[in-house]
Amino acid sequence: MFKQKNYFALGAVIFVAVLILSLPASATTRLKFAISSWFLPLFGLADTAQRLPADLADTVLPRRELLQQIAKLRNENQQLKEQQIQTLAITRENDQLRTSLNWQKQAPWKLKLANVVTRDPANWWRTVQIDVGSRDGIRENLPVLTASGLIGRVSAVKLANSQVVLIGDPNCRVSALVENSARDTGVLLASGPLDTSLVQLTYLASSANLKSGQNVITSGLGGIFPKGIPIGQIVDSRSVEFGLYTEARVKLNANLGSLEQVWVLFP
Amino acid sequence: MNAFQTSLILAFAFLAVFAEAALDAPRHWLGAQVDLLPGLMIFTALNAGLPTIALLAIFGGLWFDSLSANPLGISILPLLAIGWPVFLRRDLILRDLPFAQLVLGAAASAAMPLLTILMLLSGSQEPLIGWGSLWQLIVMTAGGAAATPLVFALMNWFNHALGYQVRTENSFRLDREIQRSRKKQ
Repeated sequence: MFKQKNYFALGAVIFVAVLILSLPASATTRLKFAISSWFLPLFGLADTAQRLPADLADTVLPRRELLQQIAKLRNENQQLKEQQIQTLAITRENDQLRTSLNWQKQAPWKLKLANVVTRDPANWWRTVQIDVGSRDGIRENLPVLTASGLIGRVSAVKLANSQVVLIGDPNCRVSALVENSARDTGVLLASGPLDTSLVQLTYLASSANLKSGQNVITSGLGGIFPKGIPIGQIVDSRSVEFGLYTEARVKLNANLGSLEQVWVLFP
Repeated sequence: MNAFQTSLILAFAFLAVFAEAALDAPRHWLGAQVDLLPGLMIFTALNAGLPTIALLAIFGGLWFDSLSANPLGISILPLLAIGWPVFLRRDLILRDLPFAQLVLGAAASAAMPLLTILMLLSGSQEPLIGWGSLWQLIVMTAGGAAATPLVFALMNWFNHALGYQVRTENSFRLDREIQRSRKKQ
């Protein structure tokens, strides 16, 4: 009898595992969202715990330092306003030129700020969860970036949070362009599981003239990432497959190891 | 073994999975996140019944996969594959020795990622693996090994603090006392 009970429990686990693994993708996604929603109260708790030291530090900050920071920010604000006036003038000029050439007008990017709440607990994926979801208008495949550059794309959307697959994960391939005279185009792939700052730019032309420090931006090919988002700089390059194509290592502008706040881009 | 201990194990698994996702320090300093579920499964296999092992494999696996990019349910079978053999041989294991806990924790923490990656690869998934994964495996094994005696200590402490106390019994029983008085005839 004892053995029968044991085998029943064992069979039940195997049955549940096989059943869940063989469910259709839509059902699995819904089930995954339902299970991960159990963690929502803890996300809020973790967010509060993370903010607590900063809030405490704010309360004991001396008044003199605050006044200095206000003066510095006012100065910065003035400079940014001047830059904005220049940018608006350039944008107007750009629009006029595009109209005269019958080119399509460039729509300004809309950005949505999000906090990174958790990272993938598995070491073989490079994903993070952010605290905006479908109720905030987020949808799959929207590009995600920081002030430094591109970090990835939204891979799954839930009601209140979303999963972002980062550059360097095998499921996030980005068509990239090197800012050199030939405008060489390649595909960003994963490099290795340890170093999050380096990725592989591959399928570049064998004649590509790459130099260390050249900027890499999104090429706009593929339809997910708009053209011109900064990604990183070339570190080094090598010819592979007996000179069939060139591969380069790219150092990412954004630090994927310490992401706190990110922007979701609505192109 | 009672329902309280099962609830305690499941609550610990829930918090462990969340901590792995929320705390980034091990990944930042060592290059890999340490998994606490294999150590907890060793504790469960040595101290609880098979229904609790089954529940931990199902819920622990589902919780882990729900916060990860893993296909849902892929971690259930590796967790069960750790707990089941330990459960079968638990009478031969000196479960109270920290060294035994350490060795079992190391073996389980090494087996869990290997089995999961094997299942992912057999399911035509493309996990991020390379030479650096060897270092991650070492960190996971060493971290899991170090965490297992701590899991044992913590779970035992919670059991003693919140669970029913084990009633101490001696061999004396009133109903089996030998009467040494003279029988009256």
